[in-house]
Amino acid sequence: MSTPTVTSRPEWINVRILRQDGPGQPSYWQRFRVRYEPEMNVISVLQKIAADPRTAEGKPVAPVAWECNCLEEVCGACTMVINGRVRQSCSALIDRLLEENPHEIELQPMSKFPVVRDLVVDRQRLFRALERVKAWIPVDGYYDMGPGPRQSQAAQEAAYPLSKCMSCGCCLEACPQYSRIELVRWEGETDEQFERRKLAAYDRAFLGAHAISQAILFNSHPTGKNNAAERLEALIGPGGIQLCGNAQNCVAVCPKEIPLTRSIGLAGRQTTIYALKKFFDK
Amino acid sequence: MAQQRVMVVGGGLAGLSAAMKLAELGIDVDLMSLTPVKRSHSVCAQGGINSVNDQTRQEGDSEWKHFDDTVYGGDFLQHQPPVKEMAYWGPRIIDLMDRLGVPFNRTAEGFLDRRRFGGTLYKRTAFAGATTGQQLLYALDEQVRRWKGAGKVRMFEYWDFLGPILDEDGVCCGCVGQDLVTMEIRAFPADAVVLATGGCGLIFGRSTMSMSCTGSAVSRAFQLGARYANGEFIQVHPTAIPGADKLRLMSESARGEGGRVWVPRKPQDPRDPREIPEEERYYFLEERYPKYGNLVPRDIATREIFNICVNEGLSVEKDRMCVYLDLTHIPRKELDRKLGGILEIYEKFQGVDPRTTPMKIFPAVHYSMGGLWVDYERTADGGLKIGSPRNHVTNIPGLYAIGECDYQYHGANRLGANSLLSCIFSGLIVAPGIKNWLAAQKKAASERPASLFDQAVRRQQERHDELLRRAPGGENPYLIHQELGDVMTRSATVVRHNAQLREAIQKVQELYERAKRCSLSDTGNWTNQNVVFTKALLDMFPIALTILEGALARDECRGAHYKPEFAMPELKATDPVERRREAEQWCDRFEENTRRWLKTTIAQWIDNRVVLSYEDVDTSLIPPRPRLYGLVGAEVIEQVWRERQARRGQPAGDGKPAEERRPSQQVVRS
Repeated sequence: MSTPTVTSRPEWINVRILRQDGPGQPSYWQRFRVRYEPEMNVISVLQKIAADPRTAEGKPVAPVAWECNCLEEVCGACTMVINGRVRQSCSALIDRLLEENPHEIELQPMSKFPVVRDLVVDRQRLFRALERVKAWIPVDGYYDMGPGPRQSQAAQEAAYPLSKCMSCGCCLEACPQYSRIELVRWEGETDEQFERRKLAAYDRAFLGAHAISQAILFNSHPTGKNNAAERLEALIGPGGIQLCGNAQNCVAVCPKEIPLTRSIGLAGRQTTIYALKKFFDK
Repeated sequence: MAQQRVMVVGGGLAGLSAAMKLAELGIDVDLMSLTPVKRSHSVCAQGGINSVNDQTRQEGDSEWKHFDDTVYGGDFLQHQPPVKEMAYWGPRIIDLMDRLGVPFNRTAEGFLDRRRFGGTLYKRTAFAGATTGQQLLYALDEQVRRWKGAGKVRMFEYWDFLGPILDEDGVCCGCVGQDLVTMEIRAFPADAVVLATGGCGLIFGRSTMSMSCTGSAVSRAFQLGARYANGEFIQVHPTAIPGADKLRLMSESARGEGGRVWVPRKPQDPRDPREIPEEERYYFLEERYPKYGNLVPRDIATREIFNICVNEGLSVEKDRMCVYLDLTHIPRKELDRKLGGILEIYEKFQGVDPRTTPMKIFPAVHYSMGGLWVDYERTADGGLKIGSPRNHVTNIPGLYAIGECDYQYHGANRLGANSLLSCIFSGLIVAPGIKNWLAAQKKAASERPASLFDQAVRRQQERHDELLRRAPGGENPYLIHQELGDVMTRSATVVRHNAQLREAIQKVQELYERAKRCSLSDTGNWTNQNVVFTKALLDMFPIALTILEGALARDECRGAHYKPEFAMPELKATDPVERRREAEQWCDRFEENTRRWLKTTIAQWIDNRVVLSYEDVDTSLIPPRPRLYGLVGAEVIEQVWRERQARRGQPAGDGKPAEERRPSQQVVRS
């Protein structure tokens, strides 16, 4: 792999960020200049901007808001659109980005979720989808009941990649069928009423590849399959698997290389059999 | 009585296991977290989780040995009953996680696979690929989501814990939180509050910890009277990848597979490392420890790497301390086969191929053994009384602490793959105790006078508003944080000297004063990360001072706390009689040191300063014995020690129970 030579390293990095002060506010571009240092990533660039929030022209501005936590590409928090491609900002190395475009690094919030502020988006719908497909093992409880069911190496090797999904949202950002839902609060609406209306809207909309894949993960578990029917109900209900257009963008952008299209294929098969069975069992 | 509720703060392994167990016991739970709980720092744990298992048992292992390894590894600084209980729960906790769907690696026959970790002779560690912490966390996250759907758990994600609320009797009856999006500050009445807020790595600037590990929640409880114990015990991992934003762990297996640690003999030699000839390289571990070479014990490797950069000025880079960890002499094919996964991490984050270019690594702050002081109730046979409301309660009634933010299980040094166990264990056992605490209350927190909660909110609102009103041009919180991290890393990590610690205390106090004059670059009231960080920074100082004061006062070497001035000597004499006499003296000194220093450091925050006191440690189950690994003369010292213990009719404490002790099986059902 190529390592940039010392001479090609610039003194300054130009960063263009799509900003937004809050929900419903207009978005606007702002340019920043950050002094280049070796081994930087997008996080360290944003940290430098936070420490000295001034535009490229030197005008003091409010610092750029963004989300991050583990900085090891395992928590999923810092997802954003970098140079036009959705990915984690911790593993987006500046040297690599400058190879893509030596003049500028461009940061935008994910477009499929409501913007909270600047690069921070509200991914509640993503987590809500996990609730819809009952992505858990329905154990009786947490008392000592001995070991779980014995499983083969092959089963573990099939489950582990699916279980590495960190709910980052890349697959949803890339999906043409997943469109943004952003509700505006009505006048006089209480917190609870607004929340209920929001969840109802999320529950009618497309689940997304991540949730379909989790449904398959739990349907394949010896205990998890006990409530496979409930998960399949969610998959054939409103916003279910029928909305998948098979664009296969999800699998292309997944940072953990999860075989999402394989999960979707399996989900298609399981739901078909389930629907037929349901029809004949009537 | 109105419905009682419990507030759990923090959604890592400890917080989630507590929330899930409380819900199972029929208790309503609120869970407050800085991040969506699925993004908590527990995801960073890679290696695995320890317990005795069917295979090791047949090789002579037992719960007792796991217990013994843990207290020996921790240099005997932990109270033994909770540790013993944890070791006995280990197999059941792994069974539970297995039932919850954690994709643990399997053997060909379908059993859980195990690997061996440091500090033990047995393959106790269950693992799920290289992301065991992530997988355990996800299983618990899924269960809590299930309880949320059932209406038993309410989630408050993106909320910052601003402090406990205490009534006139000093009993905790809720907490104040701040919404990180709307910046709303509100009170949460709660009949018990459980802190599960993890470590405090950010006090050291950069560490292997996540950005949420500021220690601010713990500090806010500390400043209101909670005691903090053993703060000076901070684990530093020898090999991490220095990054501009974070220090990422590089597994020890790189050295296990033949990796060599070196620096150029010429300070900051500007040449490409591959062009520096062999004789101009200083393989300092191999030269100084010919027997162990690059595989010296973890604490020694950490100290030597630190020493070569800080005291000898031989860091590879001038502005950033690091040494080379070189794998380039090993064939690429072999590297890919044995170390593929970890080399990919290096490549991904450094953009450099470690198969052809030596890695640059440096020790990094990794774990805090110290934390909030918590109580426990002991059974006659030396276990924990499950269901006791004393288990894991801080000195503030109703305020509990579990996971990395308590001090209970790891003593002076934590054993690898024990942290995941202690987090889940403390989460599970705190629940039945809280249930009994709630049953003993006469009034629900929500029935307390509103003025109690309003007052607490007002205090926090005033602090918040005052920060936003500051005139521009004051100190910059991010730069002060960097300075704090530099001072702490230099003086309170690997090697500690009293003069340096005294200087650091003064410097940190100055920084604290300067931090109080910070002004903000964002004065708005919407997702204001600037003010949240500034508050967290201010709250880092009481804990930073606790670490420094504790380290200054403790004039000895124990576990991760190393002061060369007080190190135990090696034996020098070659004459057997003289050597024996030296060993006797060594043991005398060891005993004297144990009498003086085998004590828990207790810190309190009184009148804006740290006040230290000491508490005896319950070592009634396994008597303390010298840790001799790698010491010259170890055999003679061990001989002398055994004879002494035999004379006193005490076990030498080599991992075997003195008499057959009854395992505490019957107390575990909660």
